[in-house]
Amino acid sequence: MGGLKPFAPENLSMKRMGILCCCILTLVLSSLPIRAQQPPASSPVTSPAASTSSPGAAKAIADKLNQLDQRVTAAQSSADNAWMLVSAALVLMMTGPGLALFYGGLVRHKNVLAIMMQSFALMALITVLWALVGYSLCFGDGGPVIGNFQFAMLRGVGVVPNADYAATIPQLTFMIYQLMFAVITPALITGATAERMKFSGTCLFMTLWFLIVYAPMAHMVWGKGGFLNASLGGKFPTLDFAGGTVVHITSGVSALVCALYMGKRVGYPKQPMPPHSLVLSFIGACLLWVGWFGFNAGSALSSGGLASSAFVATHFGAAAAALSWSAAEWLKNGRASALGAISGAVAGLVAITPAAGFVDPLSALGIGFVAGAFCYWMVTKFKAIFGYDDALDAFGVHGAGGTIGALLTGVCARMVINPIYGDGKAVGGFDGHWGQVGNQLVGILLAWVFAIVGTIVILKIVDAVTGVRVTEDQEIEGLDITQHGEEAYNLES
Amino acid sequence: MMKIEAIIQPSRFESVKDALLEIGIDGMTVTEVRGHGRQKGHTEIYRGREYTVDLLPKIKLELVLPDGMVNRAVETILKSAKTGKIGDGKIFLSRVEEAIRIRNEERGESAL
Repeated sequence: MGGLKPFAPENLSMKRMGILCCCILTLVLSSLPIRAQQPPASSPVTSPAASTSSPGAAKAIADKLNQLDQRVTAAQSSADNAWMLVSAALVLMMTGPGLALFYGGLVRHKNVLAIMMQSFALMALITVLWALVGYSLCFGDGGPVIGNFQFAMLRGVGVVPNADYAATIPQLTFMIYQLMFAVITPALITGATAERMKFSGTCLFMTLWFLIVYAPMAHMVWGKGGFLNASLGGKFPTLDFAGGTVVHITSGVSALVCALYMGKRVGYPKQPMPPHSLVLSFIGACLLWVGWFGFNAGSALSSGGLASSAFVATHFGAAAAALSWSAAEWLKNGRASALGAISGAVAGLVAITPAAGFVDPLSALGIGFVAGAFCYWMVTKFKAIFGYDDALDAFGVHGAGGTIGALLTGVCARMVINPIYGDGKAVGGFDGHWGQVGNQLVGILLAWVFAIVGTIVILKIVDAVTGVRVTEDQEIEGLDITQHGEEAYNLES
Repeated sequence: MMKIEAIIQPSRFESVKDALLEIGIDGMTVTEVRGHGRQKGHTEIYRGREYTVDLLPKIKLELVLPDGMVNRAVETILKSAKTGKIGDGKIFLSRVEEAIRIRNEERGESAL
């Protein structure tokens, strides 16, 4: 995402087309004067006529070529736009129903509607904010930290492409695609606050979080002028293809802050709180996997080779992480669980997100393997040592997976996959540019600090205005009844 | 009249019901229940968190029978519900004072 350069093959085919056209043009043009200058000696009268026809013919051909050029551009635009619209829909599907089902299955049955409703409410809430100011704050040409109001109310956002970000698709497509990221990112946080956060508090928190944490972070990494932007000449170019820092570190770390701030659920950890339906979670995880192709391969912002590269890396990362999480669990408990396998896949998808358009398939496998085992350790051991109640492991999967993924992106990024710094210039550690790992660390650190400070401030505000947490009685009765006045399963009706 | 309450393994329910039908007992009330006696539960692990599940699912059958049929019914349940492992359940017998059919207010054994 973030205005990555179109992959070489499109440029090549464009160039080839151009060269071919030039050849035809020179051939045709050079043949005309020759004929004109070598008339039969017996007919000198024809000569002036022939020489006057040559500029007219040249103009006609130039017009023809111009038309051809426009058609080629239109064809590429259509192809890219088709994929980008599908990708936008896929990313929306990740929030609802993907994440809603994944999280919904993991909570107890008295809280399933509440957690699904939180995801769904964000689909509506962030969309409205996005139209008003969100898109502009993220992608307007502002300073190094945040955008401006040039696109507020979507002013000037139409079918004309914005060449800074994606030169071949309507800016409307780019805008709606980016919106879907802004929707799912805060939704990820609800995994940590699950089963105990007020609905009113959630709405206020998410509004503020989107404006104070997400918008600046997205601008810094992907926006024009952002000082971490790798494709538009940021000061500390952080490689983040589809949102390892912007989406997963910010949401995961904020989730941890929320879990620490809110405290544990009533009865945690003594009382058993097993997932109420792993079947729902299973379907949700599979939808996330599919949706992630839109998330990562769509971040190529075009339908060419870079999208294929990101698609493949995404799939390989997920598969490897599902295996490594399962293997770790099998060694530890003697069994591989379904919840473990799907959690591993999600962890792999998270970790491959920043790397997807920069690494080759084998590196993707490697990143997946590391992420699966690491996140397994985070949610089983690390969480137990510190005793915080990150209910559905938003930090353990997204914060931890995003961090390890962003770091490994700096190691594994290759110029043959994505020559983001220009042709022949080393990108990541494997290319010999180990300084990139340092850049990644700057980006990671900044995302952590931004998320921690921003979330603490926001929680204080929300606590003063609506309150963050439901009462103990409400929590015991369940959020479905107390926050929404309905139950998920009325089996007797 | 006696009431038989038999708490059995859910997996044995179908064969117990069939065996009772075979000896002519066609009325019973069945409830899905949870509980445990000497059988200990099992452990479930979700993302590293272990839960001991000690209340296990069982089926409770309730039958009220004329005194003459009670022994045969108990033998039938014993035979068809037994797997020989801990957790096969229990049978409780108790005396019933009265039975009334709601439809026509018949009383006593003819109401059964």
